[in-house]
Amino acid sequence: MDRAQVDETIRTLIAPFNKKGVAIADSTGFAGDLEFDSLTVMDFVAAIEDEFDIIISMNQQAEIENFGQLVDAVTKMVVK
Amino acid sequence: MSEGISQADRPSAVEGHAPDLFAKFDPLIAMREGLLASGITDPFNLVMEKVLSPTRAICNGRETILLGTYNYMGMTFDPDVIEAGKNALADYGSGTTGSRVLNGTYAGHKEVERALREFYAMDHAMVFSTGYQANLGIISTVAGKGDYIVLDIDSHASIWDGCKLGDAEIVPFRHNDIEAMEKRLRRIPEGAGKLVVLEGVYSMLGDIAPLKEMVAVAKKHGAMVLVDEAHSMGFMGHHGRGVAEAQGVLDDVDFVIGTFSKSVGTVGGFCVSNHPKFEILRLVCRPYVFTASLPPSVVATAATSIRKLMQGSNKRAHLWENSKTLHTGLKRLGFQLGTEEPESAIIAVIMPDLERGAAMWEALIEGGLYVNLARPPATPANMTLLRCSLCAEHTEDEVQTILGIFAKAGKAVGII
Repeated sequence: MDRAQVDETIRTLIAPFNKKGVAIADSTGFAGDLEFDSLTVMDFVAAIEDEFDIIISMNQQAEIENFGQLVDAVTKMVVK
Repeated sequence: MSEGISQADRPSAVEGHAPDLFAKFDPLIAMREGLLASGITDPFNLVMEKVLSPTRAICNGRETILLGTYNYMGMTFDPDVIEAGKNALADYGSGTTGSRVLNGTYAGHKEVERALREFYAMDHAMVFSTGYQANLGIISTVAGKGDYIVLDIDSHASIWDGCKLGDAEIVPFRHNDIEAMEKRLRRIPEGAGKLVVLEGVYSMLGDIAPLKEMVAVAKKHGAMVLVDEAHSMGFMGHHGRGVAEAQGVLDDVDFVIGTFSKSVGTVGGFCVSNHPKFEILRLVCRPYVFTASLPPSVVATAATSIRKLMQGSNKRAHLWENSKTLHTGLKRLGFQLGTEEPESAIIAVIMPDLERGAAMWEALIEGGLYVNLARPPATPANMTLLRCSLCAEHTEDEVQTILGIFAKAGKAVGII
């Protein structure tokens, strides 16, 4: 699996949480643009964790502010 | 003397537009002002002018039934408890002025730890100055760098702050979701230390955790388990040891966290454990070491109260009756409650929004009833709640009076 595939999968996973239909770019912020609250973040992270069978701790999440950073972080975890 | 202090009198000229550090509180300030502008009494500024008993106080000059104090067993005015406190105040003075590891351990501190060991039938007990510090200290110290803490998303602020203070990786899961918890435990890298943090009773909705299943899953994955039993001590389980005892899994719980500020009726926090190396925590746990110990009168009242709670089965049964009566009554009146059935001594009444929640709170206080108003962000799913906590000292008649006040206020505010 490469970055493009991870990007595509996460794009599908984010859809149900993207209530306002914000256009997703690498620079799209979870707090600022998507206005995710803490419960949404938990559910969204859980969806990604279940899909890729990985764990993204809150400490790691603190470093991830936008979509591009998330794809990078997940890619790093799944591409060994 | 540091340079900062020697320059303190020099007036600081503000250059340009340095941000006001308080700007981040503006949304909250605006929300509060908006609420108070509607003419409502500030629900977070209530003064108990006089306290008459565990269930009655004078507020705004009016005798008020207390239904939001977590004083579950009504020990605050127990004559033996008061007597013990008075004696300790006279014999040992008003405070210890020192840390537990220096000059702050008196005979009374050892005695209350002995009482806790007997109450829980466990090998070790460590008393902190507050329940908040017990969670803060144990969680941040036990789980270190490279370890994982797996916790319920609805955990109390003191648990989250304990996570924040420590260096472990933090992994939350959906409230009371056994499968979500297991998935996260399964994915933790091999060889990493694991601590699962749960609560017996969750104080916002008054619901309990499926500890039997959760503790078994945690053990299957080799995790240590910490259970906060703050809202269950004294009346849940055969000996009043909490939800873990009630569900038969207390032996598999590594750390029980508790407080003196609820059923015990004073202030302080503790951790009990059977871990053979537990005592080392007294030297490495910063929220234990770097603060003054509890005053002698407080530990004396706590020890007396804990010993009396060991024989509290009649009071426990009455508290359960109260909880059932209130839950059934409120449901019948048409209020939306936090749980389908009464699961603890907390009954949470769900309000449609903050405005009507505050109006309802005001109508209740004017009717002579105090409950807790809980609002976002402290609440799950941003709910506004009126939390009622029952006391073993509430009489049957009082519970009926409470229901009457709720009915009148609910109709006046238009919630029922």
